[in-house]
Amino acid sequence: MTDSLRAETVRLTGHGSDEIEAHLAQPLDAGRFGSVVVIHHMPGWDEGMKEITRKFAAHGYLAVCPNLYSREAPGASPDDAAAVVRALGGVPDDRLVGDVQGAARYLTSLAASNGRVATIGYCSGGRQSFLAACSLPLDAAVDCYGAFVVGTPPEGSPLKIGPIVHLTKDLSCPLLGLFGADDQYPSPQHVAELEEALKQAAKTYEFHSYEGAGHAFFATDRPSYRPEAAKDGWQRIWEFFGRYLGS
Amino acid sequence: MCTYQTEKLALKGSGKGPAGWFSLSRATVYFDHPAHYSAEHSLNIDFLNLDDGALSRVAVELDPASARELARAILETLPAVPEH
Repeated sequence: MTDSLRAETVRLTGHGSDEIEAHLAQPLDAGRFGSVVVIHHMPGWDEGMKEITRKFAAHGYLAVCPNLYSREAPGASPDDAAAVVRALGGVPDDRLVGDVQGAARYLTSLAASNGRVATIGYCSGGRQSFLAACSLPLDAAVDCYGAFVVGTPPEGSPLKIGPIVHLTKDLSCPLLGLFGADDQYPSPQHVAELEEALKQAAKTYEFHSYEGAGHAFFATDRPSYRPEAAKDGWQRIWEFFGRYLGS
Repeated sequence: MCTYQTEKLALKGSGKGPAGWFSLSRATVYFDHPAHYSAEHSLNIDFLNLDDGALSRVAVELDPASARELARAILETLPAVPEH
């Protein structure tokens, strides 16, 4: 296994047969690989998310990160697109599921796919990764500090989303959760409530909460970056995907 | 953390974005991660016209003390202006 890869912008069919843009990265080695749909954070389809997508390809996975803000702000810079989507209330849940389904279908239809597919999401994408795993047949899912799986946005927030912990019974695959102990959304109490729901539903899960880390500790281009938490988190991700994606 | 603390307001006026001047229709004010300013959180304001799409946006990301000073300066300036 080398770390050679190819990355490019592609278009794929998402929710409602809409064509949306996506960042695709693939290993250049011969063989068949597991697939990862990367769900971007609330600040959008930015450089950091594309770097993470390429990192998965360098580690032997087919990876794609769809631009969930394609419809509202085609061609806009990530921060402008995120501002518009924030003002409009966020990405609707049903549309998110349709876009992830389209991205998963795109990856598993590639000749190099081994047929297994996972989601990973950061920030708002963490909640959306859990939502996708409760709505679609997946092989694994990772929730990186996703808010409002448990709990609701504060009064006055324009985000039109609510808690989805009641969907836990429908979780289709093992779940890896990576959280910052200093985060408020999700707070340690929110994480504990989700863990209790997973126990009650007898689901396979693995949670890690990092002391000294808050929200967005994987984001290398932000002051919230916590190298020790991120290094351990990546190791957990490689072990988890190695177990369930067979790559 | 993402604070998700957001205020939305309708407003009248104009702003100058990447494509030139445009009419403003609303602003969102929130305390959250900045895209550019080097801090974990900042007071962010987006001046928008959603009818025009994402290019009609003027954005600022301020440290909290600066945001308070800006708010104070606006409120101290306005009493000298006739009500409309």
